[in-house]
Amino acid sequence: MFEYAPAPENPAVVDIKPAYGLFIDGRFVDSQGGTPFKTVNPATEEVLSSVLAASSADVDRAVAAARRAYDTVWSRMPGQERAKYLYRLARLVQERARELAVLETIDNGKPIRESRDVDIPLVAAHFFYYAGWADKLAHAGFGSSPRPLGIAGQVIPWNFPLLMLAWKIAPALACGNTVVLKPAETTPLTALAFADLCQQAELPPGVVNILTGAGPTGSVLVRHPGIDKVAFTGSTEVGRAIAREVAGTRKKLTLELGGKAANVVFDDAPLDQAVEGIVNGIFFNQGHVCCAGSRLLVQESVVEDVLERLKRRLSTLRLGDPMDKNTDIGAINSAEQLARIKALTEVGEQEGASRWTASCPLPARGYWFPPTLFTGVSQAHRIAREEIFGPVLSVLTFRTPAEAVEKANNTPYGLSAGVWTEKGSRILWMADRLRAGVVWANTFNRFDPSSPFGGYKESGFGREGGRHGLEAYLDV
Amino acid sequence: MDQSPVDAAAAQASLKRFLSGLPGVDQVGVEARAAALATRSIKTTAKAEALDLAVRMVDLTTLEGQDTPGKVRALCAKAQRPDPSDPSCPHVAAVCVYGDMAAVADEALVGSNVEVAAVATAFPSGRAALEVKLADVRAAVSAGATEIDMVIDRGAFLTGRFLEVHDEIVATKHACGGAHLKVILETGELATYDNVRRASWLAMLAGADFIKTSTGKVSPASTLPVALVMLEAARDFHATTGRPVGVKVAGGIRTAKDAIRYLVLVKETLGDAWLTPALFRFGASTLLNDLLMQRQRLATGRYAGPDYFTLD
Repeated sequence: MFEYAPAPENPAVVDIKPAYGLFIDGRFVDSQGGTPFKTVNPATEEVLSSVLAASSADVDRAVAAARRAYDTVWSRMPGQERAKYLYRLARLVQERARELAVLETIDNGKPIRESRDVDIPLVAAHFFYYAGWADKLAHAGFGSSPRPLGIAGQVIPWNFPLLMLAWKIAPALACGNTVVLKPAETTPLTALAFADLCQQAELPPGVVNILTGAGPTGSVLVRHPGIDKVAFTGSTEVGRAIAREVAGTRKKLTLELGGKAANVVFDDAPLDQAVEGIVNGIFFNQGHVCCAGSRLLVQESVVEDVLERLKRRLSTLRLGDPMDKNTDIGAINSAEQLARIKALTEVGEQEGASRWTASCPLPARGYWFPPTLFTGVSQAHRIAREEIFGPVLSVLTFRTPAEAVEKANNTPYGLSAGVWTEKGSRILWMADRLRAGVVWANTFNRFDPSSPFGGYKESGFGREGGRHGLEAYLDV
Repeated sequence: MDQSPVDAAAAQASLKRFLSGLPGVDQVGVEARAAALATRSIKTTAKAEALDLAVRMVDLTTLEGQDTPGKVRALCAKAQRPDPSDPSCPHVAAVCVYGDMAAVADEALVGSNVEVAAVATAFPSGRAALEVKLADVRAAVSAGATEIDMVIDRGAFLTGRFLEVHDEIVATKHACGGAHLKVILETGELATYDNVRRASWLAMLAGADFIKTSTGKVSPASTLPVALVMLEAARDFHATTGRPVGVKVAGGIRTAKDAIRYLVLVKETLGDAWLTPALFRFGASTLLNDLLMQRQRLATGRYAGPDYFTLD
């Protein structure tokens, strides 16, 4: 009864070109020796466009352009003038929000509801926020006239393509640096649209350079001697490799890596909202979230109640066409990622955890994985230790607050954590003891540009967002 | 009813313990969830189905000091044939009036499937002696009301005298005889979502057939988050006791868009089983015309002017 009819967003609001160049020195140019590769729509496997894998000659050109822009224009420009450009970019993001949201959804596979209501508004908010800092750096607590670092080489992941670009570019530019940014190979299109925005904003050439490509391009970029600062968001494995590359150089480094966050539900939690928080924690963006609440820790006295509510809620999730405005769960970003999720969930079953999957039909084409949870998981299981980066929740239990802290912290990661209880003192007690960069209380996966974000332990170092986020781009 | 003071105190204490032990409601969370569900996009066939469903769920209401038999008869005519130009348009669920108009409505609705609902128990404030309230109910029922919309004693609820509220609902239910009992919580006066959940449970435990948000005389009246909390309570009560309890939202719901948002809440909280006039109602006066206008727009592709819909 009253089945929702399809409500698809109109794909005609975006104009995807058959092929794109590299964005160097304010212009789209051809690669010198780089090879083209395809980017596909993960929900349909259709080829969207052809982009270039930038070569080391391209990286040289981009770094040279960034250096020129830094020396002659951007580092000398008063903060209030830089702010004008950032405000302009923020407003352009808002003006072209619908187009950017559709493009993000087509290239990434995430539901349009999320790109429209979360990703793109946060992108604009981030530029607005850091625009405000550009002429107030002397009051940020990093000395009376903090200097920029120079050229930032930035490599970002495919889970929030444009948002991660904003997290990287906005503070870098606000502080007076110029950037060379490489978007992920499976999601280059919104970064290229952002290049178009830079042209529209008449940003001085060379301040922002966008090089598409895969791992090798990123590796050349972070090793380049002309780079002063490396910022990376992605897997811990690649983060380690980058740290090795950068070791012994004068480059500054910030890393935002993987996570295996605990979402801790006490028996006095607001249960219905906790269930929403659990869903938002792990099924938001198909679980492709580094700070996802992938380990649910429930107090034993309420575990049955919580699981029953959770399963009932999961069976109402709508999986399917990401362009449909009523879709909750979109497509997995790539065949490679889908294979990894499948492999890890099979290990989960082999190790003895019991699997429950919401019954929802999967589309015939594209990369899909249904919302899944594992019960009977122990700390020793691989699905409780390794980052799955998919819509898979591992449910563990605890008896006392101390045990909850012990289990939550018993991971090599430390990016985020969630605490659900109506007792304020317990929230503070937990937040004191959880070794995680972000601790959410009675919410999860809530982001704000004024709030710093970053990891403990193998989740990386350095903070993005807020006043703290300036430090990574200033010579302090 | 014939309890010793000791038993009564024990009953009050255990009721209070039970209600206070219900899981809390996080304000930010419940409001975020309601706002997220409000973004559901209901188009074409789904919209047509939702509009018809909403018409069938309307308790067409007039609760004014200036109500007259003529006004009530006009409303009853509209209730049976909301859109005279379209015979496929369903009738509404009920006509809702003050108790003294129940006889008029009953007579005007003879032979139709539209129910007669009457507000009672010193509506809207509920500030009267229990005997007066019960007499109000009995009078409405004997005048032909098949549904009674009562108000709880918010004063007693807010001072923690839960057993008193409970017993009053039980007594009212008894006075209703065969009539359906809707219990108005007046959520605008209960103020917190925790209170809304507790009052919902209290009413359901006392035998309510429906729990209802508001009288429409107090602002804020029904809101999406309040309705969500009540729907969740009805869902949990059903899971615990097996008894389905209906939910009625009332006050301030004026547009088809608003109504559809409530239907989305119902669908995604309680499921399709609750998408029936037997378990979900809208208390409204002006909502019906917007539903009819949207209905016609969907069928013809054009908006007719407001003059093409009857004002009653």
